[in-house]
Amino acid sequence: MTTSTDLVEVRTGLYHDSVSLMRISQALGSRPGVTVAVVAMATELNLDLARDAGFAVPDAGPTDLLVAIRAGSEAAVKDAAEELERQFSLLAKGGQAGGERAESPPRTTRAAARAWDASLALVSVPGEHAFAEAMDAVEAGLSVMIFSDNVPVEQEVLLKERARERGVLVMGPDCGTAVVGGAGLGFANVLRPGPVGVVAASGTGAQQVTCLLDHAGAGVSHVLGVGGRDLSAAVGGASTLTALAALDADPATELIVLISKPPAPEVAEVVRRAVEELSTPVVTALLGPGQDDLTTAAEKALRALGLPVPQWPCWTVPQRAPSAELSGLYAGGTLCAEAAIIAGTGAFTDFGDDEYTLGRAHPMIDPTVRLEALGRASGVILLDVVLGHAADPDPSARLAPAIREARERGAAVVVALVGTESDPQGLRRQAEVLVAAGASVFTSNAAAAGHAASLVRSAL
Amino acid sequence: MRLSMLDGEPRVITAGAAVLAEALDQQAVPRLGVDWRPPLPGTSQALAKVLADPRRERANEIAVGRMLSARPRLVGVRPAREVLDLPPRTFFHAGPPIDWERASGPMRGALTGAAIFEGLAADAEEAERLLVAGSVKLDSCHHHRTVGPMAGVVSPSMWMFEVVDDEHGGTAYCSLNEGLGKVLRYGAYGPEVIERLRWMGEVLGPVLAAALAVSGPIDLRSLIAQALQMGDELHNRNRAATSLFVREMAAAVVEAAPEHAAAVLRFINGNDHFFLNAGMAAGKVGADAARDVPGSSLVVAMARNGTDFGIQVSGLGDRWFTGPAGVPDGLYLGAYGPEDANPDIGDSTITETSGLGGFAMAAAPAIVRFVGGDVSDAVAATRSMYEITLAEHPVYQIPGLGFRGTPTGIDIALIARTGQLPVVNTGIAGRVAGTGQVGAGLVTPPAEAFTAALTALVEV
Repeated sequence: MTTSTDLVEVRTGLYHDSVSLMRISQALGSRPGVTVAVVAMATELNLDLARDAGFAVPDAGPTDLLVAIRAGSEAAVKDAAEELERQFSLLAKGGQAGGERAESPPRTTRAAARAWDASLALVSVPGEHAFAEAMDAVEAGLSVMIFSDNVPVEQEVLLKERARERGVLVMGPDCGTAVVGGAGLGFANVLRPGPVGVVAASGTGAQQVTCLLDHAGAGVSHVLGVGGRDLSAAVGGASTLTALAALDADPATELIVLISKPPAPEVAEVVRRAVEELSTPVVTALLGPGQDDLTTAAEKALRALGLPVPQWPCWTVPQRAPSAELSGLYAGGTLCAEAAIIAGTGAFTDFGDDEYTLGRAHPMIDPTVRLEALGRASGVILLDVVLGHAADPDPSARLAPAIREARERGAAVVVALVGTESDPQGLRRQAEVLVAAGASVFTSNAAAAGHAASLVRSAL
Repeated sequence: MRLSMLDGEPRVITAGAAVLAEALDQQAVPRLGVDWRPPLPGTSQALAKVLADPRRERANEIAVGRMLSARPRLVGVRPAREVLDLPPRTFFHAGPPIDWERASGPMRGALTGAAIFEGLAADAEEAERLLVAGSVKLDSCHHHRTVGPMAGVVSPSMWMFEVVDDEHGGTAYCSLNEGLGKVLRYGAYGPEVIERLRWMGEVLGPVLAAALAVSGPIDLRSLIAQALQMGDELHNRNRAATSLFVREMAAAVVEAAPEHAAAVLRFINGNDHFFLNAGMAAGKVGADAARDVPGSSLVVAMARNGTDFGIQVSGLGDRWFTGPAGVPDGLYLGAYGPEDANPDIGDSTITETSGLGGFAMAAAPAIVRFVGGDVSDAVAATRSMYEITLAEHPVYQIPGLGFRGTPTGIDIALIARTGQLPVVNTGIAGRVAGTGQVGAGLVTPPAEAFTAALTALVEV
């Protein structure tokens, strides 16, 4: 046989809302030994509920407060009664302060665009999810830079169609760099402001050209990336055309530099006609065999601006190639392709390619994979080091020991160093560390590749 | 063409890699970060396809536009048999379709009570035999322009609120609210329940009908807007709305039926939830206006039958997508506890479907303890719903959020992207037939209902 003790009382002149009281009932009911706890205003309904639970309920009305507690022992009832007073005193203090907690951040680009007056969006979520965020931006009337790679081409086509309808620009996917109104997006060098507007289907290509222009004293208005596939037949140059027209209308832009791999033939024709119709002069740098290299494109732009072409800075150390073997270990795709063409020989790897970045950070952020390759390479080793925002904050610090080791193995090391003195890493400081480790360093990738090739030839 | 991002100061939304966001911070570029997380498991492919559907954006604009512009007016109170496609021996019920076999306790209790009320059975045993044998036809309220709270059982002799949408011409119905405690909608079917239903059919319904003929139609859109500003969220708190309703109707009730006026007004006054049913019909007529827009991912119904939680989507016709109804997390009346609770039940989620209830929690500080304690939780609940809704209601506003419109129009794509499920306020029915209400609280809908609908949307 079980025994239990009931505590039943009616309090007058005490009112609490039903929800607060239900919470108190719940708190009391969960205390050890307590089997039933009813703390409620004494409405007909609540009185019935207490009676149904077997309590001897005294007369009371809806403005009274009913307490009915049943527990297994006197001690448990006493404990519950004390807890009840504690709960009431908490309520009397008004509980926790009201008002708002700090607003939580938006969960989608859509919500962000609704909550805040933005001028563009930068999307770098994993490629399979980038479409949703980018579409949010376009639908909200914002231009968007898609840094993410591994975005299906049909999604790119759709985004760019929608962007054209909205009068906004889709930069990317796989757009590594942009400078918009002085803000560097993605991997962006710190460039002086100036008259050159850049449209680039190649991130590192744009970085090379703009850094060289910066050395020569020519600044940029905007650098608009369009993504490496923009000039393919499937995409049809959609963003290139928009970017050209936008820079043409931009009062700060006096010269446009268009940087791309050779477009699909039908797209080349469309772009050529668009360029002819612009009122702003355009220097076109199509990258590939038989075309200008990036350094030549920068020099053409300087001439178009009426500026002298300087000697591109380089720091060489005496090196001899141990063999005619050439390994190009690149982080920048366009720089890699350019170097391969100029060298005309050797094995080149682009560690920024999709196959190396799926589920992993870009080699400009995380050098691990490239460092491993550097540890195995021999002969003449050609590397790029790209400075700027978002890139490795001190790339030479991790490369220098690997370069020193390579030199100790007898290898020759040549570095194409793309950056400006104003970059967070500092061009000169990085060059000094790399040179001290035994590398020859060139600010022109074309010159670096040429130098590497000459080392290879001398080994033949 | 001009690109607006090239003019003025760049202000950037960032979604993705922190290193790119930090690079902007280092440049002191104004920035709003998205708290991006991967979508619900298994939804990536369906999401990409749904988001790529060229119809989607416009379709959602049309669908939610209809929901927002609906002008519900209470035009009449009429017997179900006159206005609904409800032949004798047919009952409607809440939620997606269900048979006796799968029906929960309160659903069975309400069906039993309705059979007794309609005179099909003399007692519960006989009623149950009829229902087990399938000689009463069951169908979902939602299939008949109708909604019902909790069990939502509608039988031919019940009187219904008739609400017309002046904007789109639709009509919707909801039964009259019986009050709290032991009532049919919570599965109680004792003599007092049947007696009350008789009085509602013989007195309450006809008196309200006559009073409405005197007062003319009642503008529910305006009444709901006012109630929100008086601390109701229109699902678990209808105190202000009910008070406003009494104010609108009192004189007309006295004029139309002086001999019953006191009883009718006392009945309405004694039930803070009396307005809930009129509000539900208002929600239903607006949600129905948003149905059948091809390509739209807008939710047009969320409803529970005590066993399943089901949704319907504008672009998917009358198909239901269901998952198991959860047990609400709430506060309990009297000595009841979670073990007494039935899984989630009722069509009252039409309030959340149309931007009220849990979505408007920030408007109802008096009941914030249901959502965990303090006002900031209520504000956070409402704010989180802006993430999954397509619009903000132009008339339903929340004073505490600077009169921001309530988050309205649930988008299944946004649910999949954010993993944020609708916040649903609800009453809790006892699991045993005949018990009645045991508490109230919050319930989380099953994610699979939304993800299954998303998958289906790809196929149409």
